[in-house]
Amino acid sequence: MRFLLSKLNFLEATGEFVFLIWNVTVATFKRPPNWALIREQLYNIGVLSLPVVAMTGFSTGLVLAAQSFFQLSDKGLAGATGLMVGKAMITELGPVLTAFMVTGRVGAAMCAELGTMRVTEQVDALETMAVDPNRYLVAPRFISGMVMMPLLTVFSIFMGIFGGYLISVFYFKMPPTTYFDPMPIYITNFDLLIGIVKAFVFGVLIVTISCFKGLKTSGGAEGVGRSTTNSVVVCYTFILFTNFLITLGLNMLQNATGWFS
Amino acid sequence: MIDIHDLWKAFEGNEVLKGLTLTVKKGETLVILGRSGVGKSVLLKHIIGISHADKGYIEVDGVRVSDLRGEKRYKASLKMGMLFQGAALFDSMNIEDNTAFFLRQHGDIETGEKYSKSEIRDRVDEALRMVDLEGTQKKMPSDLSGGMRKRAGLARLIVYRPEYLLYDEPTTGLDPITAMQINELIVKTQEELKATSIVVTHDIVSSLFVGDRLALHKDGKIAYIDEPDAFLNIDDPIIEFLRKTISEDPRTFRRK
Repeated sequence: MRFLLSKLNFLEATGEFVFLIWNVTVATFKRPPNWALIREQLYNIGVLSLPVVAMTGFSTGLVLAAQSFFQLSDKGLAGATGLMVGKAMITELGPVLTAFMVTGRVGAAMCAELGTMRVTEQVDALETMAVDPNRYLVAPRFISGMVMMPLLTVFSIFMGIFGGYLISVFYFKMPPTTYFDPMPIYITNFDLLIGIVKAFVFGVLIVTISCFKGLKTSGGAEGVGRSTTNSVVVCYTFILFTNFLITLGLNMLQNATGWFS
Repeated sequence: MIDIHDLWKAFEGNEVLKGLTLTVKKGETLVILGRSGVGKSVLLKHIIGISHADKGYIEVDGVRVSDLRGEKRYKASLKMGMLFQGAALFDSMNIEDNTAFFLRQHGDIETGEKYSKSEIRDRVDEALRMVDLEGTQKKMPSDLSGGMRKRAGLARLIVYRPEYLLYDEPTTGLDPITAMQINELIVKTQEELKATSIVVTHDIVSSLFVGDRLALHKDGKIAYIDEPDAFLNIDDPIIEFLRKTISEDPRTFRRK
């Protein structure tokens, strides 16, 4: 019985979550939120995340190039190092690691902020003043997340390829052309599409999960801590699984139809 | 006029409102007394539309607001305002932006026109003057004391002149002198806006000061409702206790 009840709670939460996404989408398109609010969130999610995303992308590129080189050189495949870095950054590591960093830096803060507003009745106060929290609080974050995640991901991919370039050329003494030449041949539009689609979906997931958990907070300061931890864990889980599903799904679709080449 | 009929509400099996019925007359100040946790705040949240009842309805000026949802519900609550127990100021904004929030969001409710910057500033200044908080415009809510925050919360309400004012424990947690200031402000607001007010409290001094009628919220219902003098004569253990706290020699409350 207990087990069944917990399943019911899960279903209920899923339903509410989908309902939130729906409400926010409707609110966004019906009457777009104030530009000043969106600008603030664009700055917060995008610009302020640049350093941490750059660092992550760069170090991943470094280690990816080094490891690829060590693994491939004795098999005579050292020339594929650049390609390895490029493909891995574009299709998998760029989107996922950026999403992880944004979850930690932006998602957690978002959940804590909305959670605090909830437990101090500020969300209620908004509603008593006839302002829809979905439109005022969630929609600007939603739009900014959708816009900024793909941009941050592209930035992180560039940083990764740049990091790989530095170590390949200056440490392993690889000619720059060997590093770059295979990329335009083997990296396809489809790879880029996968990367961007993932970034977009992760952006939506991070913002909606964080806002949902924040607005559902109860139980004072302790509750805010709990829902913040919880939102980060849920975000990570969702990112990992959707990442797999998108890779699988898009590749199957591509193989079946050839739409994206 | 607010007409509440047979309102039921349960939270996870715990019944808070059990068929509550209440009528608030236009222009009066109704005080709802009751012990902590009986659901007084929940009642206010139902009236302003943050919570939705399981059963029963609420009518405001003949409109059944409890059936409305979404945009329509928000529209209906434009003429209501609520002062929260902790004031619920937006802590990311200074006092001026807090006070101007409603005006900037909605403009003129009747015509839908935006207010000019100077108009908003004048009204904010006027509201802050009314609650005796001139010069705090640029301060953040965290810089203010509890009593000042409550007054700022009141300024945020009166700036848009709602027809219905709901106060959730306006004097709780304040020292007696600040509490009296708040009471005086409630009366002053009432006189200036000619509004209808509902005050939820367990402070008997405050309720006698501001109330035209007093009601006792007990067991999920309004047990008694009457004018102050008649209310105090009702034979009920809670009212008897309240009567004692204000009439008897305070020394009888000293620990023996």
